This record gives sequence, structure tokens and C-alpha cells, in this order.
Amino acid sequence: MGNKQNKVTPEQQKYQQLQKKHELKRPVLKNCIKAFLVGGLICLIGQAVSYFYIYYFNFTEQTSGNPTVATMVFFSMLLTGFGVYDHIAQFAGAGSAVPVTGFGNAIISAAIEHRTEGFVLGVGGNMFKLAGSVILFGVFSAFVVALIKTLLVMWGVL
Amino acid sequence: MLAMFFWAFVIGGLICVIGQLLMDIGKLTPGHTLSLLVVVGAVLDGLGLYEPLVDFAGAGATIPITSFGNSLVHGALQEAQRHGIVGVLTGMFEVTSSGISAAIVFGFIGALIFKPKG
Repeated sequence: MGNKQNKVTPEQQKYQQLQKKHELKRPVLKNCIKAFLVGGLICLIGQAVSYFYIYYFNFTEQTSGNPTVATMVFFSMLLTGFGVYDHIAQFAGAGSAVPVTGFGNAIISAAIEHRTEGFVLGVGGNMFKLAGSVILFGVFSAFVVALIKTLLVMWGVL
Repeated sequence: MLAMFFWAFVIGGLICVIGQLLMDIGKLTPGHTLSLLVVVGAVLDGLGLYEPLVDFAGAGATIPITSFGNSLVHGALQEAQRHGIVGVLTGMFEVTSSGISAAIVFGFIGALIFKPKG
């Protein structure tokens, strides 16, 4: 950073200060409250769905997570298709992005958006454009964590 | 049962607040935030901390994207117990499969049904 600042002329420095002064302050607290409410609400719906699977399909508390996630992704498809999810996301920020519905929305909206380019190159090639990074870092970090833990168990450390 | 709904709401909301703080104060893009949360979920499960959270908060812990990292590690460790080190690779998607397969299947169906807007 220090190197970079040496290169800018005084005028540029003045401009940067001006820019900083006029930069929009993010309403952090308001954003957090919105994210909390919407994110909490999505998880509340998820909890209702998982009770549905526990009572009618004999899942347990532990295994009900899987069908619940699939159902939430299905809801996310409908909301994305009808253009509602965008409005929710604009309001809720991370509240709608962090739950698995946001992951579904990223895949589904990319798939719908690129269908004009054809089903193979458009939909198939672009589906994971946004969600790919989540899968990559999830899988790689899980690999490292599981490998370390397995090795530690094998060597009798744990 | 009501307590479960309450904790699902609170814990799920709090995880979303963490994401919002990463975006607002940490100035990360949503992509970076989600990737980071997945890694955090994987590490937490490696330390054995995520399972108690699921027992405590139910969907509040399984719905946020952190559970994706958690279930990846879970599948890998389960398989590793049976087959040793090879299981780390082969068991990875054993538990998570539903999230990804649902997203792929519904994504394709969505692309068949809906037309892009704008």
C-alpha cells in the first residue's frame, strides 16, 4: 500500500480524500437486522419442513437435513423463476444469500439466464458460474480437514 | 418443539448476520463471503463443533451454507472410518448429495419452464 501512495500525484490524493468523504456509508446495523429477520425466517420455514419429514416420512432429527435442503432449493426455484427472489435478495442481503436457498438461487438464475445460448453450452456451461466457487472451496477444505483428522486418528493422536 | 423453532430462527439469523458483517465491514463480495462460510463450516465440523449446533438449532444450522461444508466433511469422515484414507475422497458427497443434486435437477427444470426476464 505504501508503495502505491508514493506514485499518486497531489491532485490524485486530494481526489481520493474527496471520494472517501462522499462515499456512501453502508447502513450496517439496518442491514444486519434485515439479514437476521429474513435469514431467521427462512430457517424457521426450514424447521417446519424438517418436522414435516420427521412426522410423515420417518426421518430422524439428524437425517431430516437432506430432504429439507432439497425442498428449500425447490422453493427457491419457484421464487427465482417468478422473479420474486431478486426482490427478497435486494431487501435482505446476506439474509437470503447465506441460506441454501441463496445457493439454489445462484444456480437456477444462472441456468435460466443462459438458456438463450442453448441447453448444452448455455445452461450446462453456465449453471455453476456463481455457485462453482462455493462447491470448489467447500470440497477442497472438506478434503483437507477430513484428511488431517483421518491421519490424526490413524496415528493415534485423537 | 416451539423451542426448536425459536432456536432455528435465532441461530439461522445470526449466521446470516455474520455473512452480512463480512460483506459490509469486511467488504467481501457475496461470492467470497459464501466461500468463506463454507470453509468455516468444514473446519467447525473437523473440530467436532457443528454436530452439537445441529442438535441444538436444527434447521437453523442445516439451512445456512455452512452446513454444506459440514456435511462434506461428515461424509468424508464416515467413509474414512470404513475404508481408511481412500474414503476421504470417495465419501465426500455421500451426505451432501441432496443439496447439489436438487440444485442441478431443479435448475434444469427451471431453465426448461421459465424464460429469462429483461
